[in-house]
Amino acid sequence: MTGTSEPTGPTGTGGWATGGWTTGTVQEVRRPGPGAVVLRLAVDARDDHVPGQHYVVRLRAEDGYTASRSYSVASDPGDPLVELYVERLDDGEVSGFLADVVEPGDRLELRGPIGGWFVWDGVHPLLAVGGGSGVVPLVSMLRHARAEQRPDDVCLVAAARTADRLPYAEELVGGCQVVALSGEPSPTGRPAGRLVEADLAPLLRPDQQVFVCGSPGFAEHAGQLLVGLGVDPRTVRVERFGPSG
Amino acid sequence: MAITRGFGARRRPADERLPPGQYDTGSGWPVLTAELTPRVDLDSWTMTVDGLVDGLASWTWEEIHALPRSEYHGDIHCVTTWSKLGTWFAGVSVDTLLEQARPGPLARFVLATSTTGYTTNLPLADVTGGKAWVVWEHEGRPLPTEHGGPVRLLVPHLYFWKSAKWITRLTLLDRDEPGFWERNGYHDRGDPWREQRYQGD
Repeated sequence: MTGTSEPTGPTGTGGWATGGWTTGTVQEVRRPGPGAVVLRLAVDARDDHVPGQHYVVRLRAEDGYTASRSYSVASDPGDPLVELYVERLDDGEVSGFLADVVEPGDRLELRGPIGGWFVWDGVHPLLAVGGGSGVVPLVSMLRHARAEQRPDDVCLVAAARTADRLPYAEELVGGCQVVALSGEPSPTGRPAGRLVEADLAPLLRPDQQVFVCGSPGFAEHAGQLLVGLGVDPRTVRVERFGPSG
Repeated sequence: MAITRGFGARRRPADERLPPGQYDTGSGWPVLTAELTPRVDLDSWTMTVDGLVDGLASWTWEEIHALPRSEYHGDIHCVTTWSKLGTWFAGVSVDTLLEQARPGPLARFVLATSTTGYTTNLPLADVTGGKAWVVWEHEGRPLPTEHGGPVRLLVPHLYFWKSAKWITRLTLLDRDEPGFWERNGYHDRGDPWREQRYQGD
């Protein structure tokens, strides 16, 4: 490699700067529905993550073949385990294995935590807008704010078709949380309908960071709403989830 | 490293076009960008080559289309592990732009800048000699906005974050100045065949 390797991301560097792989032991496997699995891992030589960071999970076959994918961390950095939420994709080589085969006691190759951009600095109030499984890194931010006794510093706006397709829906209540469901009324009584400006307008503050995470289509829609409300597009950090089976 | 319990051998036959750790995304083309998708105004857009050059050069949208057309046919590789095989792009070779800009003797690196302010750094040697393009066409159609349209950099032998979307400027430097992802932990060169994903690889 060339040049400086000085990381100057907005927050701490985490273990990604060292480039090393480690191993995690699966402690708990939870299946919130047929389309997802939650893995809770004890990570060897773990570096604390910053909310918003991800891990790479690498599977290794007997013939030496490997397949790896990235998954956002859902847990708070203070959690003794690292929690990964994995959406099971059709024909997903890695997500299918994690959802169908992995059991407590299995050991998985891990690299992370990774990422210095889509991370909450823990200082500025945050408006976090997530679509579907895009809420996962935002849930880590919300859990962190709650653990730090600052629950009002993270407002999470979560959009999905129905509540059973929204990861961690049961935690997205109280405070300034908004659940916008297009296919049914939300548990708080919001009528069914796509995310609109009125869902976001009451949550805007001049000093806040704005994060958007979801599919490219969702990110575009949420971005247009925010810009329509006067948010400077250059201040919006976006993480788009593509199909990455 | 240990074998993952229960993980079988590869499901698809090996394709020698796939670098280590990559999979074939088929006809798909995932979108990954750290910012909102911008609207690029082609009436005011320019492509500029500046920094350590003897003849600062800038082209409007019309002017850059008047340069000799150049195509890339081959594969692209994203650091998030997908590769898109056997695709093609058209635009102008970066060599053509540099011919006019005339790099100075101290120029060793390039910083590419997008209309959004996104930056990425590359060794000059990685964008010369028929290895890099400024493109506005993908498989015969205008490059879609979410994939960097109307115009992006294309450096297909490196991970695709080096191929800056919505390109507007190449700045020649005597030193390597980390760009956006490079400051955030990603590799300064990003050669997929050497799996240079993150700093330290």
